[in-house]
Amino acid sequence: MIAMQLDLPLIFMVLMGLAILAYVILDGFDLGVGILLPLATREEQDMMVASIGPFWDANETWLVLGVGILLVAFPHAHGVILSSLYLEVALMLIALILRGVAFEFRVKASGWHQEAWNRLFFVGSLGAAIAQGMMLAGVITGFREGVFFVAFRLLVGVGLAGGYALLGSTWLVIKTENDLRARALRWGIFAVTLTAAGVAAISLATPFVHGGIMEKWFSWPRFLWLAPLPLLTAAACAGILVSLIRLRRGSAQREWLPFVLSVWVFVFAFAGLAYSLFPYLVVDRITFREAAAARESLMFVFVGACVVLPVIVAYTVFSYRVFWGKARSLTYGE
Amino acid sequence: MIADPLLLARAQFGLNIAFHILFPSITIALAWVLVYLRVRIGGGGDAWLAHAYRLWVKVFALSFALGVVSGITMSFQFGTNWPGFMNKAGNIAGPLLGYEVLTAFFLEATFLGVMLFGRDRVPGWMHTASAFLVAIGTSASAFWILALNSWMQTPRGFEIIDGQLHAADWWAVIFNPSFPYRLAHMMIASGLTAAFLIAGISALQLLRRPQFEPARRMLRVGIVIAAVLMPVQIMVGDLHGLNTLEHQPAKIAAIEGIWQTERGAPLLLFAMPNGKERRNDYAISIPRGASLILTHELDGELKGLNEFGDKHPPVMPVFWSFRVMVGVGVLMLALSWLGAWYLLRRREIPRRLLPGFAAMAFSGWVAVLAGWLTAEIGRQPYVVYGVITTAETASDVPAPYIALTLVSYLVVYTLLLISYMVVLTQLALKEADGNGHRQTSPAALQPAGAQGR
Repeated sequence: MIAMQLDLPLIFMVLMGLAILAYVILDGFDLGVGILLPLATREEQDMMVASIGPFWDANETWLVLGVGILLVAFPHAHGVILSSLYLEVALMLIALILRGVAFEFRVKASGWHQEAWNRLFFVGSLGAAIAQGMMLAGVITGFREGVFFVAFRLLVGVGLAGGYALLGSTWLVIKTENDLRARALRWGIFAVTLTAAGVAAISLATPFVHGGIMEKWFSWPRFLWLAPLPLLTAAACAGILVSLIRLRRGSAQREWLPFVLSVWVFVFAFAGLAYSLFPYLVVDRITFREAAAARESLMFVFVGACVVLPVIVAYTVFSYRVFWGKARSLTYGE
Repeated sequence: MIADPLLLARAQFGLNIAFHILFPSITIALAWVLVYLRVRIGGGGDAWLAHAYRLWVKVFALSFALGVVSGITMSFQFGTNWPGFMNKAGNIAGPLLGYEVLTAFFLEATFLGVMLFGRDRVPGWMHTASAFLVAIGTSASAFWILALNSWMQTPRGFEIIDGQLHAADWWAVIFNPSFPYRLAHMMIASGLTAAFLIAGISALQLLRRPQFEPARRMLRVGIVIAAVLMPVQIMVGDLHGLNTLEHQPAKIAAIEGIWQTERGAPLLLFAMPNGKERRNDYAISIPRGASLILTHELDGELKGLNEFGDKHPPVMPVFWSFRVMVGVGVLMLALSWLGAWYLLRRREIPRRLLPGFAAMAFSGWVAVLAGWLTAEIGRQPYVVYGVITTAETASDVPAPYIALTLVSYLVVYTLLLISYMVVLTQLALKEADGNGHRQTSPAALQPAGAQGR
């Protein structure tokens, strides 16, 4: 029986990683657009929101899938992680609530309420980004307390917000036109600088907050094997900068390149983190094997996931194709 | 005891889940109403259909967004508030929630985008299909979450190994004894909630603008759905009660306020259950009524709370929330049948009935919440009935953290609830005034469709 040989905990660990990566990239550009919102005029804001309107809901579902797999496959780590991140999680949830409902209320409310919901859209997007960065930092440091660790959490929080702003601005380069696109190019140049600095600072700080990670990266000859990762990240950042500048000079070719390279920056950073943390779910305390659910439960979900996940990917692709090209103002088609 | 972390955690989770259920109880059924409207529009129906669809799809989008964000909060609070639940019962609760995400959440979220904004971008049949898939998604979501909820009430198909629950038979886990009744009860409750919302909002529009055709038609739709579903709900509710009597007699004893086992138990219409002295004060009752309803015999025996030691739910909240649910149900029955009678006899709802419908617009919410409180408080002190107590599953998060976040959620949810009801009313009145779709708002800054979302 092939089924008996499947390493289900490992499969679910990989699936969870992919779900989180998908969330960070997909809702990353949504949140990034939200973070950039106050920099635009009212008309441009409507267009910015229109560019993510059809997608944000499904994008946010990847977060539910990520935490869902944590819950389904690793119930013994689920409680430890979420109760250790209690305040950060609450902050993120409230921020996501405000951001999510603001999509609706910012156009359906009337008078000054509209402007208030616009502000909350921004506050929610920024708050969610920072909270997610702080959660990530909490996981990296194994939830340790102290001034240094608080500073590290804030650093990662701001760094992630910068990364989301990069995804958001390069997304807008693809989806918008004219003045707004020109602004998005400018924001992108600023954001890529911030992101590069953030990634560098976090990469340098991480080994110091956690000895095991130092060991994993800076022992010979591992360092040699791992060297391409930071180099590729740097190359991608440089590529984003160059392509943004070329687009600003009037080139209309390869508008999608900055966004795709930004995605790669996230993939590289994710790979580095995954390498640093594996096989722990709670650093130095609980590995994914120790936290795994019973085999019959994993099998039950695995069978469903094999059938359903390809379908989900297919209709997600379908939805992006439906809304392909430059964004138009949101309309119910009347 | 404000500093009791268990009570705070329950209050927080209860607040969140109570806020959440308001919106699915509208969208589950409203999704199907929209499918109906969309299909009729596709078949080249009357002009009012497009007007009605335009308003109700906005209401749907708004309700859906509120349901999504509070649902995400719930998925995290399982872990933040009840880590012990996942530790002990994660092998069973996890997969059921996992299937909800996989088969329902992605489906409804993705096709909602197409349904709301894709009308110019996909063929008509594809747009109708999207509305249909959204409705399938919302119903599938209800299926899985109610399977889990029912399993927590009447757990089956599991074995306990080293203090942890393992699934022995998934079919028995999902189709546990209370599941069919609870699923039917909730789906019909959603139908009624949506029906009264539709009737109420339409009545409000008619009060503003009599003869407004889309509102006249939708008022009729709401009344017909309510009048048909209400008696079905009473029947299903009765069966659900009998099922509960069989599997959770302590909950029934609390609902009926029966402290001592007795034959020919009376039906209490009013009473103040007195937990200290274990009796009812100021009782007004119908002799033998409870026995008749629950055993269908005048002197049938009903188990009292004395049979369960201290393992029974607090009586007062269960007793009263049940009576609120039934009371609202009776009002809903009376109003919907009165409306149906006028529709059959005069083909028109008289104007003096409109304020009644408008006042009852959110009556479904009251009944759903009261019913939910009855079911879930009635399950206490267990989280999985008879197997795991709630206290065992609480987290060791410090009480001040829970209190702080509880207050934050409370503020946010209050703000959202007020905004929701205000915006809903405004949308409806704007539509009735005839500028629901024109570019009249702030200096024509909004592109045509920004109204949409």
